[in-house]
Amino acid sequence: MTGERAFIEHSWTKVTRIENIPPREGRPVRIGNLEIAIFNLNGRFLTIENACPHKGGPLCDGIVTGTAVVCPLHGRHFDLETGMPVRAAEPSCLAVFPTRVEDGVIFVDIEAGHRAMEADAA
Amino acid sequence: MKRLVVVGNGMAGVACVEHILKRNPDFEITIFGDETHVNYNRILLSLVLAGEKSADEIVLNDIEWYRSNNIRTRLGVKISQIDRQARTVIDDEFEATPYDKLILATGSSAFIPPIPGVDKANVHVFRTLDDTQALLAKARKGLKTVVIGGGLLGLEAARGLQVRGCDVTVIHLMDSLMERQLDATGGEYLKRRIEGLGIRVMLPRQTAALSGNGHVDGVRFATGEELEAELVVIAAGIRPNADLGRKAGLEVNRGIVVNDFMETSDPNIFAVGECTEHRGQTFGLVAPLFDQARVLAATITENRGPVFTAAAPAAKLKIMGVDIFSAGSIDEKDPGVEAIRYEDPALGAYKKLLIRDNRLIGMILVGDIEDERIYMDWMRSGTDLAPLRRQLLFPPASDPGLEVADMPDSETICGCNGVRKGEIIQAIHKHGITVLSQLKQRTKASTSCGSCAGLCEKLLRAVAPDFEEETKTTLCACVPFSYERLREIVRAQKLKSVEEVLAVYGNRKGCEVCKPALSYMLDMLWCGDHEEDRSARFINDRVHANIQKDGTFSVVPRMRGGVTSPDELRRIADVADKYQIPMVKVTGSQRIDLLGVKKADLPHVWRDLGMPSGQAYTKGVRMVKTCVGTEFCRFGVQDSTNTGIELERRLENLFTPHKFKMGVVGCPRNCAEATVKDLGFVGQEGSWQVVVGGAAGKSVRKADLLVTVETTEEALEAGELFFQYYRENGNYLERSYDFVERLGIEKIRKETVYAPEEEKRSLLDRLHRSKDLSHDAWLERDRPANPTQFVQIEALEKLEEVRERQLV
Repeated sequence: MTGERAFIEHSWTKVTRIENIPPREGRPVRIGNLEIAIFNLNGRFLTIENACPHKGGPLCDGIVTGTAVVCPLHGRHFDLETGMPVRAAEPSCLAVFPTRVEDGVIFVDIEAGHRAMEADAA
Repeated sequence: MKRLVVVGNGMAGVACVEHILKRNPDFEITIFGDETHVNYNRILLSLVLAGEKSADEIVLNDIEWYRSNNIRTRLGVKISQIDRQARTVIDDEFEATPYDKLILATGSSAFIPPIPGVDKANVHVFRTLDDTQALLAKARKGLKTVVIGGGLLGLEAARGLQVRGCDVTVIHLMDSLMERQLDATGGEYLKRRIEGLGIRVMLPRQTAALSGNGHVDGVRFATGEELEAELVVIAAGIRPNADLGRKAGLEVNRGIVVNDFMETSDPNIFAVGECTEHRGQTFGLVAPLFDQARVLAATITENRGPVFTAAAPAAKLKIMGVDIFSAGSIDEKDPGVEAIRYEDPALGAYKKLLIRDNRLIGMILVGDIEDERIYMDWMRSGTDLAPLRRQLLFPPASDPGLEVADMPDSETICGCNGVRKGEIIQAIHKHGITVLSQLKQRTKASTSCGSCAGLCEKLLRAVAPDFEEETKTTLCACVPFSYERLREIVRAQKLKSVEEVLAVYGNRKGCEVCKPALSYMLDMLWCGDHEEDRSARFINDRVHANIQKDGTFSVVPRMRGGVTSPDELRRIADVADKYQIPMVKVTGSQRIDLLGVKKADLPHVWRDLGMPSGQAYTKGVRMVKTCVGTEFCRFGVQDSTNTGIELERRLENLFTPHKFKMGVVGCPRNCAEATVKDLGFVGQEGSWQVVVGGAAGKSVRKADLLVTVETTEEALEAGELFFQYYRENGNYLERSYDFVERLGIEKIRKETVYAPEEEKRSLLDRLHRSKDLSHDAWLERDRPANPTQFVQIEALEKLEEVRERQLV
């Protein structure tokens, strides 16, 4: 992710400084029409779409457990690395977005968001 | 009367004297001790170091015991010589004391390896109470401390010093910690736990020298590598104090040689404890020494018969929650030995059983030592394991009565505090103990490392006529301990952050169940002297408002006793206009709710309201609902409004296991529904009824009467007592009505309003300390917990800019 090439292939949006996202918490950011949630897993930053596919709960406000987040409204769990629901019974998954940090600034590629499986809520 | 002289005033020597006294001997007893202290429990020194116990609390025999048993006690006197011909012992001052029988119980000393520099200042050993006090005098926050030796004692010393704030590194000669008790895998699990506590571990490191000019300032290793050190503790093993015997010409190898009757090579001289060597073996753990003491007491009182057989060695690490137990042979390379293993890396649990010819010969238990007793029983009795083969790692719970019934009264149940079965049974009968917590309080059993709790409970169940199960709910799979145990762990181990608890005692991840529960526990125990970790809080407690279905929040300002003013109402109206708040609603709690507030507006809304947080979003003090009482009501007999306001003032801003609602009514008509609140005051002519555990939510429950009192001040105090008692003993998310049912109102009365004055005082003191440190959460409007607590993050560039850049 360091080469000039990677930079050009990805459309990285410069988002915010890492201090703005406290450890083990998430923060929402609106980019274009999309609201994403960036999480700080003790220095590792991961980005998902912010709305829970269940009832649209703000996932950025959820408690982090390992690499998953728990929706604050009804307790659905989603893995931040894959966007997949942690419990098999959940019907849909979230988009995840490539994220990198350079000089203390977080960059997210909004265009390259992808889902592990097709979902009704897409 | 014969003269019995005991050289050595430690645990083995004095235990032996206790056994001798029970046999009503015709002895005039003199005890010499080179330490100036009475007999204390050396095993607990690490707890003194850690501040869990005071020096007084580990005394086993106080001076009154010596006096009442007519024992001549010479403390701080060192015996330097034995004159076997004249049958005298000679002390440092050349004074001779004659004996007919002599017991050597001189113990052992710390082994100091021959390293250059060990004589420098601030290089200590950890063996006696004086050593401990010397370490305590040096320990301070941030002190760079190196413990040389990663065995039992070294690790316990390291933890004790670290709890005192020292910055501790353990260095160990071998590849693995506690290698005499654990295999490499067990050592690795242990290392992880120790590191999780915040202690550095360096393995293998051979110390070449201690450097420094007068005072130690560093440790140099054989590799040339150096480590800064302001304090060095050497815990590299012990050596029997056998010199006195050696000089007197007794048979001595590493220790003073004794036979199965604890006789030395001189018919008038006996030896007991760590100074002895029996069949080529020396000793460092207390259990076999107590056996020696019993045998010697029989021998010396002319009841020669019982013989000492050294049981398989068993060792337990006394660092709370770092459960390590090892016993018997742990070498799986011996021919014919089978090793059976189980491990759960996430929980840090590891078990290994060594079996030969279907008999258990050794075990290593790390992280889960529940079944220690069953295994020890199998090992001691040589149980044929063939029929149990499928259940080895999770042995069936035996009939609770049988296992404990089989144990002799003299068997030690609590190895840490040296409490024996007989003492526990006596205490149960004498004090009518029915629950484990009382047993712990009375006997001190299971109050140190806690690993014998299961056994104590079995004993209680077998002995107490009306045994009560203490309901224990495990917090969750991430930290699989009961709430009670966790509270003990957090308190004793001085754990001050959720991450720390999870790292050491949990799966390092935590979840939405345990994180808020642990956050509550830390806040309740440390009253603010802990690391508040917002990531471990539910969103409501991160932003002090109640999240709604659309991700907006509701705001309920505090309105004590449900009393407001035109001025407050005007401000509320202005705020509702200014922030276009979609709904303003009167709640069931006699206050006003502003619904649909955006997160980013919260601090501004609070500022404009100028009212404190009503805590309507949290597991904490909600409100006191009141009626107008004597102020306006024709029927009122008590001033419910002002009493309610005062009650709310006294408890507001505090957190509780679940939400806590109160009500105060001025007469039994109960207009403000005090009898269905967690805490209610019901005014009567000339008195207040204080009621607790009421509910009118998912379940409806009429509150129980806690006490009836005459004055308002007494009612407030009774309320405070119950409140703090619930805070300390309620499980997280347990409403007061479940709590009252679980414990029973009688027990609660006994431990709150009818408790001894000093217990009441300390409950109130803890409450007041918490209250003093609490504050209105909405003040975070000016001092946010982090820069983006309420602020919406704006991306540093717009998507259009990114796209444009890409086109270029």
